[in-house]
Amino acid sequence: MQMRKFLISAACAISFLPGIASAAVAEADALPSLKWSFDGIFGSYDRPQLRRGSQVFLEVCSGCHSLEMVYYRNLVDIGFTTDQAKAMASDYEIEDGPDDEGEMYMRPAKLSDRFVKPFANTNAARFANGGAFPPDLSVITKARKGGTDYIYGLMTGYLDDAPADFDLSEGTYYNKYYPGHQIFMAQPLYEEAVDYEDGTEPTLEQHAKDITAFLAWAANPEMEERKRLGIKVILYLIILTAMFYALKRRIWSNISLEEFVHDPYVVEYEQEMQRHKRPN
Amino acid sequence: MKRMQTDNRILMWIDTRLPIFSYSSENLVSYPTPKNLSYWWNYGSIAGIVLVIMIVTGIFLAMNYQPHADVAFQSVERIVRDVNYGWLLRNLHMNGASMFFIVVYIHMFRGIYFGSYKAPRELLWMIGVTIYVCMMATAFMGYVLPWGQMSFWGATVITNLFSAIPLIGDYIVVWIWGGFSVDAPTINRFFVWHYLLPMILFMLVVVHMWALHIHKSNNPLGIEIKSPADMMPFHPFYTIKDLYGLGLFMIVFMFFVFFAPDFFGEPDNYIPADPMVTPPHIVPEWYFLPFYAILRAIPDKLGGVIVMFAGVLILYVLPWLDTSKVRAATYRPIFKQLFWIFVANALFLGWLGQKPSEGAYLIMAQLSTGYYFLFFLILPVLGKYEKTKPLPVSIFEEVRKKRRAKEA
Ligand code: HEC
Ligand code: HEM
Repeated sequence: MQMRKFLISAACAISFLPGIASAAVAEADALPSLKWSFDGIFGSYDRPQLRRGSQVFLEVCSGCHSLEMVYYRNLVDIGFTTDQAKAMASDYEIEDGPDDEGEMYMRPAKLSDRFVKPFANTNAARFANGGAFPPDLSVITKARKGGTDYIYGLMTGYLDDAPADFDLSEGTYYNKYYPGHQIFMAQPLYEEAVDYEDGTEPTLEQHAKDITAFLAWAANPEMEERKRLGIKVILYLIILTAMFYALKRRIWSNISLEEFVHDPYVVEYEQEMQRHKRPN
Repeated sequence: MKRMQTDNRILMWIDTRLPIFSYSSENLVSYPTPKNLSYWWNYGSIAGIVLVIMIVTGIFLAMNYQPHADVAFQSVERIVRDVNYGWLLRNLHMNGASMFFIVVYIHMFRGIYFGSYKAPRELLWMIGVTIYVCMMATAFMGYVLPWGQMSFWGATVITNLFSAIPLIGDYIVVWIWGGFSVDAPTINRFFVWHYLLPMILFMLVVVHMWALHIHKSNNPLGIEIKSPADMMPFHPFYTIKDLYGLGLFMIVFMFFVFFAPDFFGEPDNYIPADPMVTPPHIVPEWYFLPFYAILRAIPDKLGGVIVMFAGVLILYVLPWLDTSKVRAATYRPIFKQLFWIFVANALFLGWLGQKPSEGAYLIMAQLSTGYYFLFFLILPVLGKYEKTKPLPVSIFEEVRKKRRAKEA
């Protein structure tokens, strides 16, 4: 009886936690809920989709957003060949140096470089964006309530005209899913924003899905390895625990609990009880 | 102490000079345990193992972590991405902290339900409370290390509490920060403490075990061990039972580590700390929420701080507040009810802790805080007037009865 009550209480305790995560989303429209190839314990990334996403990122978002935690070498992990990745990197210039004469110089980016930042510093980024700072997108799907669904929502949630009773401030755009609805980022994606190399139809929804998948990968590049190892670990633990259970049943039944007297200890135990006897 | 018997001369040589083998055998093998311990007695050993996991993963994280405000956030992300199995280290450590608190909370509630804090185990209980306080400090400072928004603002809110102390409060806060705000010196010293405190925790656990092994475990009946027939040796009976429980626990733990590593986390902590931007809701980690609710339930700052600390410290005097001679709630009908309300109330406080502190929430938090303390303050009176149920004669008799019932 107590056991059950306790379990119920424990379950309540745990069920509170997602509540913490979802509490603040309620104020905006309910987020769209999408199925992703990387959902669930067996989910994995869809490589062609990630490559399309990288194209969207490099052609659109990278004009304003950095992706500091990702290196050009990581492009190989999503199925580009080393040569392709090198070529993509060399489209960008990066400051290096000082050289032998003590001068800084510009050179094309290499595989070992991080994705090149669009602005030299925060102030430059703010200045170019009406005072708002375009955040780094490396861990963005982990850094927002709603994660991937939120990013997809943000990309597709722009309205041309704010609702009549809404007072939109100067320089902002109306987005259904952005907390407070006024965002300084103009709608970044439209139909045919990017010409996909693999011939996928360039709808807004497709772009939004692809960039979201790409950002999910950027935030969790370890996910596939993690899940693969996880399945092995859990299976191993289940078998091990089943064996412990069988052993436990056996050990506890072999000796009859009734008859068992803690024999090697009888004498000492008695001395010990004598020693620790407390006055009642 | 009983000497270990062995033919191995090297072992004997060592054991005569330093009886580590005899000692281990006495405390892990032949160590007498009540025959009737239930699965609620598994959590202590699980907590010990989680502590070891935290220390080991923590040491390896520390080899790659950079305690500096400019790079701390990035260094944690680099551990996840660029250190071999760094993601595993971090997920184990991050989720291990939550698991640690779940396990320790169950362990503590178990102690309250079965009256394990009563004589002669008062010191054992008090050392336990010290461990809990030490864990809270460790986890609080650990959470500051990744230097996300919640790290920064959580640290700012909690350290600011000390400014409520009259006269010297403001000086103390500056002293803790090492400057005029939470900044680079703060993260460096928090890292030092976060490395040091778990070592102290480990030593406290050793003392906890020492005290435990003097009077042995309490048991679900809450009655004394009366004869050797009430007991059995720790090994193999409880080694295997603990291993089985540990296996189940690890399955749950590993599920989070591999499949939902950010389940217990707050998304805001993946935004790098920014002293210029205050997040809309500042919430501490879930395990602090009940006390956070108590803190905010009191409209006065100093008052809130005092009541919150009182909420933890009152646990130290629980052995003297509870005047009943009967340990287990099973034989105390009223205490049992109050206990379950106390558990539900603690969970409710946790829920309130992540709600804004206003309107109906505030009133609920105040009522809930009221019950939290009422529970403790009723105990002295309850012990005198409660009509308890008759206690069983002995553990042995009870075990036999249960077994007969099962066989029939
Ligand atoms: C013209 C510059 C520009 C481009 C191009 C751009 N953004 Fe932004 N983005 C911004 C600015 C500015 C902000 C900050 C908005 C604010 O604070 O109101 C922002 C904010 C964001 C945010 C954070 C929203 C939040 O919840 O805080 C996300 C996510 C985002 N952008 C994604 C993208 C993606 C994906 C792309 C490419 C498809 C993109 N952006 C292209 C300027 C840009
Ligand atoms: C009592 C045991 C411990 C507890 C409860 C604990 C708790 C925590 C918590 C809550 C975090 C933040 C997790 C995150 O969000 O990233 C953390 C981070 C960290 N801890 Fe511990 N810790 C413990 C032991 C240790 C030990 C023994 C060490 C090192 C000797 C250590 C080193 C670190 C480091 C380097 C970080 C930063 C890396 C990171 O955030 O992942 N911890 N700890």
